[in-house]
Amino acid sequence: MLLPFFEWCETVWLGRAVVGSLWLFPVIEAVHLLGLAVLGGAVLIVDLRLLGTGLKSWTPAELWREARPFMIGALVVMIATGIPLFLSEAIKCYYNDSFWVKMTTLPIAIAFAFTVRARATTDSVRNTARRQAAVGALSIALWVTVAAAGRWIGFS
Amino acid sequence: MSLLAFCEWLAATENSTALRESLFMYPLLESSHVLFLMLFVGLTVILDVRLLGLAFTRVPVSQVIDRVLPWVRWGFAIMVFTGVLLFYAIPVRTYLSVWFRAKMILLVLAAFNIWYFHYRVYPNVAAWDTDTRLPWKARRAGLASLILWAGIIITGRFIAYNWFDCDIQPQPAFVNWFAGCVVPPAE
Repeated sequence: MLLPFFEWCETVWLGRAVVGSLWLFPVIEAVHLLGLAVLGGAVLIVDLRLLGTGLKSWTPAELWREARPFMIGALVVMIATGIPLFLSEAIKCYYNDSFWVKMTTLPIAIAFAFTVRARATTDSVRNTARRQAAVGALSIALWVTVAAAGRWIGFS
Repeated sequence: MSLLAFCEWLAATENSTALRESLFMYPLLESSHVLFLMLFVGLTVILDVRLLGLAFTRVPVSQVIDRVLPWVRWGFAIMVFTGVLLFYAIPVRTYLSVWFRAKMILLVLAAFNIWYFHYRVYPNVAAWDTDTRLPWKARRAGLASLILWAGIIITGRFIAYNWFDCDIQPQPAFVNWFAGCVVPPAE
Protein backbone atom coordinates (compact mmCIF):
# COMPACT_ATOMS: atom_id res chain seq x y z
CA MET A 1 0.00 0.00 0.00
CA LEU A 2 2.84 2.34 0.89
CA LEU A 3 5.02 1.20 -1.99
CA PRO A 4 3.45 3.59 -4.55
CA PHE A 5 4.23 6.46 -2.18
CA PHE A 6 7.85 5.36 -1.88
CA GLU A 7 8.02 5.02 -5.67
CA TRP A 8 6.70 8.54 -6.01
CA CYS A 9 9.29 9.74 -3.47
CA GLU A 10 12.07 8.55 -5.76
CA THR A 11 10.75 10.76 -8.56
CA VAL A 12 10.93 13.98 -6.49
CA TRP A 13 13.48 16.41 -7.94
CA LEU A 14 15.44 16.67 -4.69
CA GLY A 15 16.15 12.95 -4.62
CA ARG A 16 16.93 12.97 -8.36
CA ALA A 17 19.47 15.74 -7.80
CA VAL A 18 21.18 13.64 -5.10
CA VAL A 19 21.23 10.55 -7.32
CA GLY A 20 22.59 12.57 -10.24
CA SER A 21 25.53 13.90 -8.28
CA LEU A 22 28.73 12.14 -7.28
CA TRP A 23 29.24 14.39 -4.26
CA LEU A 24 25.82 15.34 -2.96
CA PHE A 25 24.98 12.10 -1.13
CA PRO A 26 28.29 11.88 0.80
CA VAL A 27 28.28 15.60 1.63
CA ILE A 28 24.71 15.51 2.95
CA GLU A 29 25.55 12.31 4.81
CA ALA A 30 28.53 14.00 6.46
CA VAL A 31 26.35 16.92 7.62
CA HIS A 32 23.83 14.34 8.90
CA LEU A 33 26.70 12.92 11.02
CA LEU A 34 27.66 16.37 12.33
CA GLY A 35 24.07 16.72 13.48
CA LEU A 36 24.32 13.31 15.16
CA ALA A 37 27.35 14.43 17.16
CA VAL A 38 25.60 17.55 18.46
CA LEU A 39 22.44 15.57 19.16
CA GLY A 40 24.52 13.06 21.11
CA GLY A 41 25.97 15.77 23.33
CA ALA A 42 22.63 17.49 23.92
CA VAL A 43 20.94 14.18 24.80
CA LEU A 44 23.71 12.69 26.92
CA ILE A 45 24.42 15.74 29.06
CA VAL A 46 20.84 15.51 30.34
CA ASP A 47 20.61 11.71 30.45
CA LEU A 48 23.87 11.35 32.36
CA ARG A 49 22.50 13.80 34.91
CA LEU A 50 19.25 11.83 35.16
CA LEU A 51 21.42 8.77 35.79
CA GLY A 52 23.01 10.64 38.69
CA THR A 53 26.36 11.47 37.14
CA GLY A 54 27.88 14.23 35.03
CA LEU A 55 27.11 17.86 35.94
CA LYS A 56 25.69 17.08 39.37
CA SER A 57 25.83 20.64 40.68
CA TRP A 58 23.03 21.50 38.28
CA THR A 59 19.47 20.21 38.39
CA PRO A 60 18.32 18.10 35.44
CA ALA A 61 15.75 20.81 34.66
CA GLU A 62 18.46 23.47 34.28
CA LEU A 63 20.55 21.21 32.05
CA TRP A 64 17.55 20.33 29.92
CA ARG A 65 16.72 24.01 29.44
CA GLU A 66 20.29 24.71 28.28
CA ALA A 67 20.58 21.60 26.11
CA ARG A 68 17.15 21.88 24.46
CA PRO A 69 18.06 24.49 21.78
CA PHE A 70 21.03 22.32 20.74
CA MET A 71 18.85 19.24 20.58
CA ILE A 72 16.21 21.01 18.51
CA GLY A 73 18.88 22.52 16.24
CA ALA A 74 20.53 19.14 15.75
CA LEU A 75 17.17 17.47 15.03
CA VAL A 76 16.33 20.14 12.44
CA VAL A 77 19.68 19.58 10.69
CA MET A 78 19.29 15.80 10.83
CA ILE A 79 15.77 15.83 9.42
CA ALA A 80 16.65 18.42 6.76
CA THR A 81 19.58 16.25 5.59
CA GLY A 82 17.78 12.96 6.19
CA ILE A 83 14.96 13.81 3.78
CA PRO A 84 17.11 14.21 0.63
CA LEU A 85 19.09 11.09 1.59
CA PHE A 86 15.82 9.16 1.88
CA LEU A 87 14.36 10.58 -1.36
CA SER A 88 17.45 9.45 -3.26
CA GLU A 89 16.86 5.79 -2.34
CA ALA A 90 13.26 5.58 -1.15
CA ILE A 91 12.50 2.18 -2.72
CA LYS A 92 15.62 0.65 -1.20
CA CYS A 93 14.46 2.03 2.16
CA TYR A 94 11.01 0.49 1.68
CA TYR A 95 12.55 -2.97 1.53
CA ASN A 96 15.04 -2.24 4.31
CA ASP A 97 14.20 -3.50 7.83
CA SER A 98 16.62 -1.07 9.48
CA PHE A 99 14.82 1.86 7.86
CA TRP A 100 11.51 0.77 9.41
CA VAL A 101 13.13 0.23 12.81
CA LYS A 102 14.52 3.74 12.60
CA MET A 103 11.27 5.33 11.45
CA THR A 104 9.40 3.62 14.29
CA THR A 105 11.85 4.47 17.07
CA LEU A 106 12.59 8.03 15.89
CA PRO A 107 9.12 9.50 16.57
CA ILE A 108 9.01 7.57 19.85
CA ALA A 109 12.40 8.97 20.88
CA ILE A 110 11.41 12.54 19.97
CA ALA A 111 8.03 12.29 21.70
CA PHE A 112 9.65 10.69 24.74
CA ALA A 113 12.26 13.46 24.98
CA PHE A 114 9.75 16.29 24.94
CA THR A 115 7.10 14.69 27.16
CA VAL A 116 8.07 11.98 29.66
CA ARG A 117 11.73 12.96 29.83
CA ALA A 118 11.06 16.70 30.01
CA ARG A 119 8.71 16.08 32.93
CA ALA A 120 11.19 13.76 34.62
CA THR A 121 13.75 16.57 34.81
CA THR A 122 11.56 18.71 37.07
CA ASP A 123 11.97 18.57 40.83
CA SER A 124 8.45 17.29 41.47
CA VAL A 125 8.26 14.80 44.34
CA ARG A 126 7.20 12.13 41.88
CA ASN A 127 10.62 12.29 40.23
CA THR A 128 12.60 10.02 42.50
CA ALA A 129 16.24 9.33 41.65
CA ARG A 130 15.29 5.85 40.51
CA ARG A 131 12.58 7.12 38.21
CA GLN A 132 14.92 9.72 36.72
CA ALA A 133 17.62 7.10 36.19
CA ALA A 134 15.14 4.85 34.41
CA VAL A 135 14.06 7.69 32.12
CA GLY A 136 17.70 8.59 31.37
CA ALA A 137 18.57 4.98 30.54
CA LEU A 138 15.51 4.59 28.35
CA SER A 139 16.32 7.81 26.51
CA ILE A 140 19.87 6.61 25.76
CA ALA A 141 18.54 3.23 24.64
CA LEU A 142 16.03 4.88 22.28
CA TRP A 143 18.56 7.19 20.63
CA VAL A 144 21.14 4.43 20.32
CA THR A 145 18.53 2.30 18.55
CA VAL A 146 17.65 5.16 16.18
CA ALA A 147 21.31 5.82 15.37
CA ALA A 148 22.31 2.16 15.03
CA ALA A 149 19.34 1.40 12.79
CA GLY A 150 20.21 4.49 10.74
CA ARG A 151 23.77 3.31 10.23
CA TRP A 152 22.54 -0.16 9.39
CA ILE A 153 20.41 1.12 6.48
CA GLY A 154 23.68 1.50 4.61
CA PHE A 155 24.83 -2.07 5.22
CA SER A 156 21.91 -3.94 3.78
CA MET B 1 60.18 -1.67 6.18
CA SER B 2 58.17 1.16 4.66
CA LEU B 3 54.75 2.03 6.05
CA LEU B 4 53.16 0.74 2.86
CA ALA B 5 55.00 -2.58 3.18
CA PHE B 6 53.87 -2.76 6.80
CA CYS B 7 50.25 -2.19 5.73
CA GLU B 8 50.59 -4.88 3.08
CA TRP B 9 51.96 -7.28 5.67
CA LEU B 10 49.11 -6.32 8.02
CA ALA B 11 46.53 -6.94 5.30
CA ALA B 12 47.91 -10.42 4.73
CA THR B 13 47.56 -11.47 8.36
CA GLU B 14 44.85 -13.97 9.12
CA ASN B 15 42.87 -11.75 11.51
CA SER B 16 42.86 -8.80 9.14
CA THR B 17 41.42 -10.96 6.39
CA ALA B 18 38.87 -12.47 8.76
CA LEU B 19 37.75 -9.02 9.91
CA ARG B 20 37.58 -7.66 6.35
CA GLU B 21 35.46 -10.54 5.14
CA SER B 22 33.29 -10.87 8.23
CA LEU B 23 29.58 -10.46 7.68
CA PHE B 24 28.84 -8.87 11.04
CA MET B 25 32.04 -7.89 12.81
CA TYR B 26 33.04 -5.18 10.36
CA PRO B 27 29.62 -3.47 10.20
CA LEU B 28 29.37 -3.84 13.98
CA LEU B 29 32.73 -2.11 14.46
CA GLU B 30 31.82 0.64 12.05
CA SER B 31 28.47 1.20 13.77
CA SER B 32 30.18 1.37 17.17
CA HIS B 33 32.64 3.88 15.75
CA VAL B 34 29.71 6.02 14.56
CA LEU B 35 27.61 5.59 17.70
CA PHE B 36 30.36 6.53 20.11
CA LEU B 37 30.70 9.72 18.10
CA MET B 38 27.59 10.80 19.99
CA LEU B 39 29.38 10.30 23.29
CA PHE B 40 32.83 11.55 22.34
CA VAL B 41 32.22 14.43 19.91
CA GLY B 42 28.84 15.20 21.46
CA LEU B 43 30.27 15.86 24.92
CA THR B 44 33.30 17.60 23.39
CA VAL B 45 30.80 19.99 21.78
CA ILE B 46 29.32 20.61 25.26
CA LEU B 47 32.79 21.58 26.55
CA ASP B 48 33.39 23.76 23.50
CA VAL B 49 30.11 25.68 23.73
CA ARG B 50 30.90 26.36 27.40
CA LEU B 51 34.31 27.71 26.39
CA LEU B 52 32.62 29.84 23.72
CA GLY B 53 30.08 31.08 26.27
CA LEU B 54 27.11 29.82 24.23
CA ALA B 55 25.53 27.64 26.92
CA PHE B 56 25.98 26.22 30.43
CA THR B 57 27.51 29.58 31.32
CA ARG B 58 26.29 29.42 34.91
CA VAL B 59 28.43 26.35 35.55
CA PRO B 60 32.10 27.16 36.26
CA VAL B 61 34.38 26.03 33.42
CA SER B 62 36.45 23.85 35.76
CA GLN B 63 33.32 22.03 36.88
CA VAL B 64 32.17 21.31 33.34
CA ILE B 65 35.62 19.98 32.53
CA ASP B 66 35.96 17.88 35.71
CA ARG B 67 32.53 16.34 35.24
CA VAL B 68 32.41 15.87 31.49
CA LEU B 69 36.02 15.08 30.60
CA PRO B 70 36.04 11.55 32.10
CA TRP B 71 33.20 10.64 29.72
CA VAL B 72 34.99 12.30 26.82
CA ARG B 73 38.11 10.26 27.63
CA TRP B 74 36.15 7.00 27.66
CA GLY B 75 34.53 7.98 24.41
CA PHE B 76 37.88 8.76 22.85
CA ALA B 77 39.38 5.46 24.02
CA ILE B 78 36.53 3.57 22.35
CA MET B 79 36.84 5.66 19.16
CA VAL B 80 40.56 4.85 18.95
CA PHE B 81 39.99 1.17 19.70
CA THR B 82 37.29 0.73 17.05
CA GLY B 83 39.15 3.02 14.64
CA VAL B 84 42.37 1.00 14.89
CA LEU B 85 40.44 -2.22 14.25
CA LEU B 86 38.72 -0.64 11.22
CA PHE B 87 42.15 0.30 9.89
CA TYR B 88 43.44 -3.19 10.67
CA ALA B 89 40.63 -4.68 8.57
CA ILE B 90 41.49 -2.60 5.47
CA PRO B 91 45.06 -1.34 5.93
CA VAL B 92 46.42 -0.73 2.42
CA ARG B 93 43.49 1.09 0.88
CA THR B 94 43.04 3.17 4.04
CA TYR B 95 46.72 4.06 4.19
CA LEU B 96 46.54 5.20 0.56
CA SER B 97 43.38 7.28 1.12
CA VAL B 98 43.58 11.06 0.86
CA TRP B 99 40.68 11.32 3.31
CA PHE B 100 42.33 9.07 5.88
CA ARG B 101 45.53 11.09 5.60
CA ALA B 102 43.64 14.38 5.92
CA LYS B 103 41.84 12.95 8.96
CA MET B 104 45.13 11.97 10.60
CA ILE B 105 46.52 15.47 10.03
CA LEU B 106 43.39 16.99 11.58
CA LEU B 107 43.70 14.56 14.52
CA VAL B 108 47.26 15.73 15.14
CA LEU B 109 46.05 19.35 15.04
CA ALA B 110 43.22 18.48 17.45
CA ALA B 111 45.74 16.84 19.79
CA PHE B 112 47.89 19.96 19.63
CA ASN B 113 44.84 22.10 20.42
CA ILE B 114 44.11 19.94 23.48
CA TRP B 115 47.72 20.11 24.61
CA TYR B 116 47.76 23.87 24.14
CA PHE B 117 44.53 24.33 26.07
CA HIS B 118 45.60 22.16 28.99
CA TYR B 119 49.12 23.52 29.43
CA ARG B 120 48.88 27.09 28.16
CA VAL B 121 45.28 28.17 28.82
CA TYR B 122 43.69 26.02 31.52
CA PRO B 123 46.30 26.61 34.29
CA ASN B 124 44.88 30.16 34.63
CA VAL B 125 41.30 28.92 34.93
CA ALA B 126 40.85 30.39 38.44
CA ALA B 127 40.97 33.89 36.95
CA TRP B 128 37.96 33.33 34.66
CA ASP B 129 36.27 30.16 35.94
CA THR B 130 32.84 31.69 36.38
CA ASP B 131 32.94 34.22 33.53
CA THR B 132 30.42 33.97 30.71
CA ARG B 133 32.76 35.52 28.19
CA LEU B 134 36.10 33.76 28.53
CA PRO B 135 39.52 35.09 27.47
CA TRP B 136 40.16 34.92 23.74
CA LYS B 137 42.69 32.09 24.18
CA ALA B 138 40.06 29.86 25.77
CA ARG B 139 37.38 30.76 23.22
CA ARG B 140 39.84 30.15 20.41
CA ALA B 141 40.57 26.66 21.77
CA GLY B 142 36.84 25.90 21.84
CA LEU B 143 36.30 27.18 18.32
CA ALA B 144 39.33 25.30 16.96
CA SER B 145 38.06 22.14 18.61
CA LEU B 146 34.60 22.47 16.99
CA ILE B 147 36.10 23.07 13.54
CA LEU B 148 38.70 20.31 13.83
CA TRP B 149 36.30 17.61 15.05
CA ALA B 150 33.80 18.58 12.36
CA GLY B 151 36.60 18.17 9.80
CA ILE B 152 37.54 14.82 11.34
CA ILE B 153 33.95 13.57 11.06
CA ILE B 154 33.66 14.71 7.43
CA THR B 155 37.02 13.33 6.26
CA GLY B 156 36.37 10.15 8.24
CA ARG B 157 33.03 9.59 6.52
CA PHE B 158 34.61 10.23 3.11
CA ILE B 159 37.18 7.43 3.56
CA ALA B 160 34.37 5.10 2.48
CA TYR B 161 34.18 6.75 -0.96
CA ASN B 162 36.59 5.86 -3.74
CA TRP B 163 36.74 9.12 -5.75
CA PHE B 164 40.48 9.47 -5.22
CA ASP B 165 41.49 5.82 -4.88
CA CYS B 166 44.87 4.92 -6.35
CA ASP B 167 43.39 2.30 -8.67
CA ILE B 168 41.16 4.92 -10.29
CA GLN B 169 43.47 6.81 -12.65
CA PRO B 170 44.17 9.38 -13.92
CA GLN B 171 44.05 11.50 -10.76
CA PRO B 172 45.41 15.00 -10.31
CA ALA B 173 49.13 14.95 -9.50
CA PHE B 174 48.44 16.39 -6.05
CA VAL B 175 46.07 13.53 -5.20
CA ASN B 176 48.59 10.89 -6.23
CA TRP B 177 51.29 12.63 -4.25
CA PHE B 178 49.17 13.17 -1.13
CA ALA B 179 47.74 9.64 -1.20
CA GLY B 180 51.14 8.12 -1.90
CA CYS B 181 49.84 6.28 -4.98
CA VAL B 182 52.36 4.27 -6.93
CA VAL B 183 51.33 5.11 -10.49
CA PRO B 184 52.93 3.30 -13.43
CA PRO B 185 54.39 5.89 -15.85
CA ALA B 186 52.11 6.78 -18.78
CA GLU B 187 53.03 5.22 -22.12
